[in-house]
Amino acid sequence: MTRTTLPRIIAAALLLSFAASVPAFAQTLRIAMTAADIPTTSGIPNNGGEGYRFLGFPAFDGLVNWDFTHPNEIAGLTPGLATAWKIDPSDHTRWIFTLRQGVKFTDGTPVTADAIIWNLQRLYDEKSPQFDPAGSAIVRSFVNMLDHWQKVDDRTVAIYTKYPFSFFPYMVPNILIVSPTEWQKSGRSWTEFARHPAGTGPFQISKVVLGQFAELTRNANYWDKTRIPKLAKMIVIPMPEATTRLAALRSGEVDWIEVPPPDAIPSLKAAGFQISLWPYPHVWPYMFKMTDGSPFKDERVRQALNYAIDRDAIVKFLNGTAKPAYGLYPPGNPYFGTPELRYGYDPAKAKALLKEAGYGPDHPVEAKIMISTAGSGQMLPEPMNEIIQQEVKPIGFDLHFDVVEWGTMLVAKRNGPDSPAGHGDDALNNSLGFADPASMFRYFSKASWSPNGINWGHFYDPKVDALLTQAQDSFDPTQQTKLLAEAHGRIVDDAPWLFVVHDLNPRALSPKVKGFVPAQSWYQDFTHVTVE
Amino acid sequence: MARFLAARLLHTVLILFGVSVVAFGLIHMIPGNPLDILLPPEAPKSLVDHLRAEFGFDRPLYVQYLAWLGRVFRGNLGTSIFTGREVTRELLRALGNTLVIAVPAAVLAFGLGTTLGTVAAFNYGKPLDKLISVLVILGLSVPHYWLGIVLVIVFAVEWNVLPAAGMGGSGGLPTSWHDLSFLVLPVATLSMIPIGVIGRMVRSTVLEILGNDFPTALRAKGLRSRHVVFHVLKNAAPPTVAVMGLQLGYLLGGSILVETVFNWPGSGQLMDLAIFRRDVPVLQGTVLVLAAFFVLINLVVDIVQALIDPRMRR
Repeated sequence: MTRTTLPRIIAAALLLSFAASVPAFAQTLRIAMTAADIPTTSGIPNNGGEGYRFLGFPAFDGLVNWDFTHPNEIAGLTPGLATAWKIDPSDHTRWIFTLRQGVKFTDGTPVTADAIIWNLQRLYDEKSPQFDPAGSAIVRSFVNMLDHWQKVDDRTVAIYTKYPFSFFPYMVPNILIVSPTEWQKSGRSWTEFARHPAGTGPFQISKVVLGQFAELTRNANYWDKTRIPKLAKMIVIPMPEATTRLAALRSGEVDWIEVPPPDAIPSLKAAGFQISLWPYPHVWPYMFKMTDGSPFKDERVRQALNYAIDRDAIVKFLNGTAKPAYGLYPPGNPYFGTPELRYGYDPAKAKALLKEAGYGPDHPVEAKIMISTAGSGQMLPEPMNEIIQQEVKPIGFDLHFDVVEWGTMLVAKRNGPDSPAGHGDDALNNSLGFADPASMFRYFSKASWSPNGINWGHFYDPKVDALLTQAQDSFDPTQQTKLLAEAHGRIVDDAPWLFVVHDLNPRALSPKVKGFVPAQSWYQDFTHVTVE
Repeated sequence: MARFLAARLLHTVLILFGVSVVAFGLIHMIPGNPLDILLPPEAPKSLVDHLRAEFGFDRPLYVQYLAWLGRVFRGNLGTSIFTGREVTRELLRALGNTLVIAVPAAVLAFGLGTTLGTVAAFNYGKPLDKLISVLVILGLSVPHYWLGIVLVIVFAVEWNVLPAAGMGGSGGLPTSWHDLSFLVLPVATLSMIPIGVIGRMVRSTVLEILGNDFPTALRAKGLRSRHVVFHVLKNAAPPTVAVMGLQLGYLLGGSILVETVFNWPGSGQLMDLAIFRRDVPVLQGTVLVLAAFFVLINLVVDIVQALIDPRMRR
């Protein structure tokens, strides 16, 4: 071999490999997820919001679905496999669902009232042969007020809750419906079913290569003709490492990545990639401990910290991938209400409040905050916390960090604030969502005090409690909104949390991807997306 | 030889038992439990506790350990808490994927390492020796995840001639040139450290042997230089084989870092995932099987060494 042929052969081989890596289908959308593994494909996906986003709602329907058609509001509800639902006027624990007629699973069998009941048994009846412990745990985490059910007739199902709970319809989308026949055919095994699942969604999960990718194919017979996917296929690939996702997007191996590293956003924009930023129900707070011994037991100290941080500086550090948070809900949301206090960067006010509470620069508030190194929704916890630490130091807060691994924090959050799992820390930096109107009840009511719920710091305001309970018992939407807004206004003033930022759910898309309209939701609609 | 073999086998069993105890103990010392990670953040503690009892995590540790050991003896590594899939199947799939890059990386590293080391030693002190030594030290000291990222930036992002991540569509052994192109960067990255280790080892061993009298005697007898090289290499083989065995063990274990950078679904990634999810059955199964591999490779190395060098059998 002469000296010049070897480089030529290598060049030719490399070119060939490039030619081979060009996708075979023009109408295939390839997405890199942040999940480390393919979420379960048996209808109730694990891997949290991302699981439901990619392998839940695209392939399956609930009786009620999330409505993605109003991008300017937090996603509401829309009929799914039920065309209508209502509360029984004579029994406020009985919800009546009217089933959509003529819908078929992708295996060709019809969606019947019996199939719905069979799916409820899968998740709530431990004695049923189709009971699925993993799926059940995931659904019951949200929908723990569901009690029992009843087939009224072939097109009507009634579901009972344990107590009157007006937000129940918001819980129903979590219960995705799958084909009982396909499960029978899969040897009555959920693992086997997950290889070729059958649902009713706009896409059908057509191929699962464990650890590598899941392929979804257009369901041309989808019952909602306005949501028949324009894409022929959608491929979702688990890619937990942010730099790997970035390289995959930039090399053209995928068309879409979830959560690009914030510092890569300017260069991605410069290279012609689209950056999608849109609000969704997410907040990044400190949950304060209110029990004895915590400096945050004093309301003035909590309020002072809320005045002491410069949220805009944090947003700037995140390259605009977040917006400042002034409550659980963002201003402009119907539930935001009219709090008396509007937190902004106001060091003078913060110092005054601290002085009133008996603290000052020579006698700072000493507090230990539990922060995680990473985790779902935690954004960039270490640098963000360091910014806060530096900002509040001159004002009179001496914050120390108890840096833990994500799993440790989850354990701490589920146990009481004074349990050993809490490490004696005074606050917990754990991001949370507020997709449904029951969120405030879960975070701020006395009934949700840890370990029974996730009001970790044991916040209690009797007025808030009364308002939240009333909202839950009220079946009039206008009244509900009024009560919730009033509760939220008080919560902001009480400052049980340090409200820091709302994430804007960044994703980076190749210029070839068109037609994506982000919804204000943890979930998204892929049916109108095209790839040029 | 039979006594030697029996003793080594007994050692192997004891080591594996020790590994199983240590692995089990360490996993249970990490704070957090799989159910906390599996369940969404809204899950109440009552549900977590209920499931903990269901999975048996509330039983005393030694009971859990014995129950697990009993299952392992029956060839059942259990099912993953997170995915509900059988650990044995998951592990075989991941190990298979790791082999796809580990075997070519081993072949490349053993071949190149031995060649470079030998060439350097026979050219001791000359510029070629210095050049090779620099390259080998570089291979040994450059962090391979960093090298992986740089290779991706150059070959995938800038030049766009090789894929950045994943293993192509086949999901197993490469079946096309397209699949093969996914191997290039991870194999190159993975082989760097063993090339360095083996190159240095071979160079110093060969130099030491060249310091003996017998190569001079061989040359004086008029043997051709390639025959002299053969005799020298034969003498350098036992320590080199031992190092190769260790390196092969590392490669089979899957490099968590390299597999993370290249999004390669191998045993390293499986273990990484299992650690973060506290997926106890997967973690225990993986650690045990990988440790067994390591110990078995060492056993094979011992036997090979004993075959090459009779002194080892004593």
